[in-house]
Amino acid sequence: MDAAVPLPRESITTRVLRPQRRRALTGAAFAAPATILLALIHVVPIFVLFALSATDYELGAIATRAVGLANYERAFADPAFRRSLANTFLYVAIVLPASVLLGLLVALLVHARTRSRSLYEVIYFLPVTSTLIAMATVWQFVLHPTLGPVAAVLRAFDRATPSFLTEPALVLPTLAFIGIWQLVGFNMVLFLAGLSTIPRDLYEAAALDGAAGAVDRFLRVTWPMLGPTTMFVTVTSAITAFKVFDTVAVLTQGGPMGASSVVLYAIYLEAFQYFHLGYAAALTVIFLAFVIVFALAQAFAFDRRVHYA
Amino acid sequence: MTERGGGAEGVRLSGIAKAFGATQVIDGLDLAVRAGEFLTLLGPSGCGKSTLLRIIAGLERPDRGTVAIAGRTVDHLPPAERDVAMVFQSYALYPHMTVAGNLATPLEMRRLALFERLPLVKHLSPRRRRVMRGILAEVCAVAEALRIDHLLERKPAQLSGGQRQRVALGRAMVRRPSVFLMDEPLSNLDAALRVEVRHELADLHARLGTTFIYVTHDQLEAMTMSSRIALMDRGRILQLGTPEQLYDRPASLAVATFIGSPSLAVLEAVADGAGGIRLGSLRLPFGHRFASGTRLSLGIRPEAFALPLGPEADGPALSARLARAENLGAEWHLHVRLDLPGEPAAIVRLPAAEYAAARAAGLLEDPLTLVLRSRGVHLFGPDGARTAADSARALAAE
Repeated sequence: MDAAVPLPRESITTRVLRPQRRRALTGAAFAAPATILLALIHVVPIFVLFALSATDYELGAIATRAVGLANYERAFADPAFRRSLANTFLYVAIVLPASVLLGLLVALLVHARTRSRSLYEVIYFLPVTSTLIAMATVWQFVLHPTLGPVAAVLRAFDRATPSFLTEPALVLPTLAFIGIWQLVGFNMVLFLAGLSTIPRDLYEAAALDGAAGAVDRFLRVTWPMLGPTTMFVTVTSAITAFKVFDTVAVLTQGGPMGASSVVLYAIYLEAFQYFHLGYAAALTVIFLAFVIVFALAQAFAFDRRVHYA
Repeated sequence: MTERGGGAEGVRLSGIAKAFGATQVIDGLDLAVRAGEFLTLLGPSGCGKSTLLRIIAGLERPDRGTVAIAGRTVDHLPPAERDVAMVFQSYALYPHMTVAGNLATPLEMRRLALFERLPLVKHLSPRRRRVMRGILAEVCAVAEALRIDHLLERKPAQLSGGQRQRVALGRAMVRRPSVFLMDEPLSNLDAALRVEVRHELADLHARLGTTFIYVTHDQLEAMTMSSRIALMDRGRILQLGTPEQLYDRPASLAVATFIGSPSLAVLEAVADGAGGIRLGSLRLPFGHRFASGTRLSLGIRPEAFALPLGPEADGPALSARLARAENLGAEWHLHVRLDLPGEPAAIVRLPAAEYAAARAAGLLEDPLTLVLRSRGVHLFGPDGARTAADSARALAAE
């Protein structure tokens, strides 16, 4: 290099880097709206939630103070919350297997139909398209101990109608029944989609191999081939079941005497009826932890058994 | 060739008919497959050959007719009880099972009771373990015979096309069925592998001596492996015979044009009333009985044309113009237009040595003189049937 030559304004590295940097900036600019929205809607609220759960903040309060883990201690000692947690798990324990297995059973039956198939699909899918809050009101009428059609039928057989929504032992199973009714159609559609991807050849090979009976066909071909579908259906059904709220809010308000109180309803009460936002935040964190552990366990259990084609 | 029981009964189809909606796929078909033979159902796509195979397997129910396997009517039996095994075009392996699991399935279905196949409950059976050990031994033996014993723990997705094909074959073999049904098993393999597997299949047939019924649209597969070929078109069998019979004595113009590659030249000819034909200005003697003026078709195989070299110089000759010469290495294909009304196209097959000699002798200059050999010239009547008159003999007699 000749020392007499004046140095260029920009060093070589800057010039080489410039287009690269510009491209990176353009990329960031395009990704920014989504990133910011995602942060605002999902990430920031979670951090706010964690922060709130360590305070005694009440809605509208001017002053608040940090209480550390006191809210959590209170939650685990709170019989009402523990009860709602137990109720939620019981609800999931009923709704999850029933909605998945019934969805599969209905899908298998509907899949075997040829001409009437679309009719059945519509019938089973209708509950999915309806608004659950509106439907809850309809169920209230259907199950009404004196006015409802169920009562009328039972009367015809000279049987007394149990009060489905006020009897402590019956209320949770009744809510679970409505939850299943709402989920089966959705699960059926997913299973039907899974069934239609199974090659016909496999059933024919199975027929030649001797797996012609319904049980063998199901165990050798249908069930294993539905593995990925089943995993998806189970996870989505579990999430839906954990989120039960509408029917409780409309039909029972957690009653009688907390027999149908579920976690989301308990959180709703604490936050928006009693305005204990800090405590409600702690409950939410606990609920979140349970759901995550459950989902991970599920994914882990499935992943080892499911065959992905 | 091991032939079990010569003319013994393998599979007998009588009066089979099958329609899908308004389409008649198979129309009153009769076929007797001998025990131990390698019979190929050959035909263009949509000719009903696969449907016929599926009817034999019991996967499809015929509208009419009966199927008998080893002398036993099986119309009322489900596929698994017909003592047949099938290799599917797609192989149809169970994707979630290992190779060992795939091979064991047909045996498990036969030897274990239903409760011994159910999850969890199966472990309650005291004899299950013993049965499974026996099955595993047989699976290993079959896998060894097919050289897939090192793949037993793999799943189908981890196998190459050729390996999958072998597993499918093994799953069929492990039951020792009396009839193997194969639906275009080579069509998903690449060209080199196809040749290899073709040899292996022919070898396997010779070793097992079991009846093979093989469906293909590839005449090369049919010609190289079959004991007999049933050439099908539109749900009927055009001709049933050995590969040699189909090639050398085609029953009809349709058979003659389908079998043989490159295809034979078809020329319009007119009967001359004295047992011969007129082809332009050329007269060829045949011992036929068509009235003078009847329109006939003359089929000439590519190897039935010769250039007037040495001993081939005599014989009926046609003149032609050379359009294109293709070098296939061991032989040349001359694409020519014959000097006849309508300038029909024809292909001449020449061994490389003959081609070189002809070129040296200047015989490839237009117009070419093509001499008809005695073999590979066929005369077909107005209905397309080959005339009883043996064209080879007729030409040789001249």
